[in-house]
Amino acid sequence: MLHLLALALGLTLTPIMAQAAGDVVEFFLDNGMQVVVITDDRAPAVTHMVWYRVGAADEPPGQSGIAHFVEHLMFKATDDMASGEFSAVVEANGGSDNAFTSWDYTGYFQRIAADRLGLMMQMEADRMRDIIFHPVEVATERSVILEERAQRTDSSAGALFNEQMRAALFLNHPYGAPIIGWRHEMEALSRDDAQAFHDIWYHPNNAILIVAGDVTAEAVRALAEEHYGPIPASPSLPERARPTEPPHIANRRVSFTDERVANPYVSIQMLAPVREPGDQAEAAALVILAELLGGGGQTSLLARRLQVEEERSLFAAAYYDSTSFDPSGFSLVNVPVPGLSLEEAEDDLWRIIDDFLSEGIDTAHFARIKFQIAASEIYEEDSTQGLARRWGMELTTGLGLADIESWPEILAAVTPEDVMDAARRLLTDPVHVTGHLMRPAAATAEISQ
Amino acid sequence: MIKRLIVAAFAAFFALPATATIEIDEVTSPGGISAWLVEDSSIPFVALEFWFVGGATLDAPAARGATYMMMGLLEEGAGDLNAQDYAAAVEGLAASFSFDSYRDAVVVSARMLTQNRDAAADLLRAAITTPRFDQDAIERVRGQVLAIIQSDARDPEEIAAATFNALAYGDHPYAFAQEGTADTVTGLTRDDIVAAHGAALTRDRVVVGAAGDISAAELGQLIDHILGDLPQTAPPRPDPADFALSGGITVVDFPSPQSVAYFGHAGIDRDDPDFFAAFVLNQILGGGGFRSRLMGEVREKRGLTYGIGSFLSLADLSPGLLGQFSSSNDLVGQAIDVVKEQWADLATNGVTQEERDAAIRYMTGEYPLRFDGNATIAGILAAMQSDDIPVDYVTNRNAYVEAVTLEDLRRVAARLLRPDDLHFVVVGQPQGLSPGN
Repeated sequence: MLHLLALALGLTLTPIMAQAAGDVVEFFLDNGMQVVVITDDRAPAVTHMVWYRVGAADEPPGQSGIAHFVEHLMFKATDDMASGEFSAVVEANGGSDNAFTSWDYTGYFQRIAADRLGLMMQMEADRMRDIIFHPVEVATERSVILEERAQRTDSSAGALFNEQMRAALFLNHPYGAPIIGWRHEMEALSRDDAQAFHDIWYHPNNAILIVAGDVTAEAVRALAEEHYGPIPASPSLPERARPTEPPHIANRRVSFTDERVANPYVSIQMLAPVREPGDQAEAAALVILAELLGGGGQTSLLARRLQVEEERSLFAAAYYDSTSFDPSGFSLVNVPVPGLSLEEAEDDLWRIIDDFLSEGIDTAHFARIKFQIAASEIYEEDSTQGLARRWGMELTTGLGLADIESWPEILAAVTPEDVMDAARRLLTDPVHVTGHLMRPAAATAEISQ
Repeated sequence: MIKRLIVAAFAAFFALPATATIEIDEVTSPGGISAWLVEDSSIPFVALEFWFVGGATLDAPAARGATYMMMGLLEEGAGDLNAQDYAAAVEGLAASFSFDSYRDAVVVSARMLTQNRDAAADLLRAAITTPRFDQDAIERVRGQVLAIIQSDARDPEEIAAATFNALAYGDHPYAFAQEGTADTVTGLTRDDIVAAHGAALTRDRVVVGAAGDISAAELGQLIDHILGDLPQTAPPRPDPADFALSGGITVVDFPSPQSVAYFGHAGIDRDDPDFFAAFVLNQILGGGGFRSRLMGEVREKRGLTYGIGSFLSLADLSPGLLGQFSSSNDLVGQAIDVVKEQWADLATNGVTQEERDAAIRYMTGEYPLRFDGNATIAGILAAMQSDDIPVDYVTNRNAYVEAVTLEDLRRVAARLLRPDDLHFVVVGQPQGLSPGN
């Protein structure tokens, strides 16, 4: 097997460039609606998505959760359709539909047989302007989102801890508030709040249509002009200018104790730059840095040293969010083996980082990661839904077509020196937030019936 | 990102479903292994999925968790490569392998680039046929498994399902978590792991699904190479399990503002003549998609939950009709009442023609859209074979669904849905629920 190892260690590594994912075509309707078409005829299906350039970070103060709440309410009645009819029609045509909200975007999508595309556009165009926020529906759906918060956040010590960590990391930017909302503000979200938020942001000149699948760009253009074309642009669409972060000058600590914690861990987070239009090199270096330090598998530096060689961690990893509208986070996580304290786990993370900054990059590891990134462009093509989602995320976080298409090349061009420079800028005495997720000192006995 | 789950209401449009356009080749390798292939060279990689029927139920009572831990160890060193070197070699080829354990099967999934497929296959062969089970890797993975067991013991959804299974299945393997217990996992030896490997991965229990850039002839040789000289025969599987749980409510105290409810009763066999009727019935009751009775009544009308669903569990040895939801502690009792009412209503009155038509339109329209990528297709093909489903099922499946009549649905609802037998395990601090009522 040594020949395999030699092969793996760089002798025959041939970086492969991303192939175009079918054909990607972009154009704009006269009302400013952006359109992206990704053709893939392997299955007789399309994914139809409308993304709005608005998310939780665009909410008015005191109304955390309103972006996500409006997303839920978009499935209620319009002037032409009954409440719930949208999804019912999708299902009656053998399709599935859903929606999602993040800090930077809100998206709606259906996956359905390709010949139903026009019907999907007709309904999606209808609810863009003609959704009706009925007081009774608003009240019932508010209960649903409160249950959603209870299920996803309040029932999970880890989710509550993550929420607290973000709130500590962002001093001023609304990225510090949870997408689902703070419970006390969610409880007060009103019909008028929803209407006002929708009125500001849900317009064709703030929307991106993405169609991926067994369809041509010409067909999409004709249907889009028919269904979305007649909707007028908003003359008063605001700029997306969020409160920005002041310089971070003080380290902060978060300690969260919950009896539901099974495996205590430490998390270290800091602000990091993200991909910017025309300026993605730093983010590309950070993507590779995160992979080297703590990407998947046990070959990353943190996993190799702490899990395998020293046997001091159950799990250690690094995460970096390269694609967001405003600067976001770089984080390190360490789950120590039983018997080691979180203080030791925290020291272990910094010790490995220090070693990395002084010892530099294992070039064979670097080459493998570059090859993996190149190969991921091939694997990504297997899911046009995934591609459509990636395009939507990139476009709504402010990137343009040229940025998106050049991203694989920019990643491929990153050198070990680029990564070390970026690592030194990010990790040399960074101002950071350290979080400890803990069990109570006298942990409750095993839960039993 | 928050994903919105569901919405329900009325349908207004009628349309014919799309048809599946995939062509499945039935391949038998030179060594006699059967595989299904969808060949498509448009993207230069292949997805493979190997299902070995048997799974964690083959564990001896004293060695529960051995199969689960064994599967976790396959990528921790094989042939001449220790764990680190093996992982680096896989990474260097940009191949991806996953080794998963389930109650009734273990599954190996792989993606390999065309440009280095032979080298990737060598690595996969090593993991499957000559895993090392080095002692340091065993201890590392044991620590990870123990952490998972601890974590599950504090996760209300895991507690709910585990409690339900323990109550329903007595001393049958289905009563126990496949991860084992802290005691059994602590006691597992290397010999236990080696024995689990010999029992779970055998040639007579494997089926293969493949999709992507490979020909039938290449696939046959690749399979024989990867499976090498695995043992021919596996030990016998356990007998079918009796579902021993009667109707009622079991409350497990757990500190949370919300309660998880896991509920159900015995289900229906896949080869039962009424299986397709039950399949459609479940779609109407609480199936995927958005217009089920349970979603409509519990979420949309009353706002008692974020999501609720029911499913036909096709566990080989004891099929079930199961469901789950979460509700705030002060609402969960009300939600349980609504579930029972819906169960009773369907059992007594059956479904409406409109419900039947809408469910069938959804199920037949959605089906061909599933076959939309190499990895997905390979998984579907292997799963079908593991259930002994014939290859023409892909073509005929929608006709089976469409043949289900209103009368079929009435009959199967009366037979299958037994509101008095419904047992709810509620994990949380529910208000106003008395255990056993």
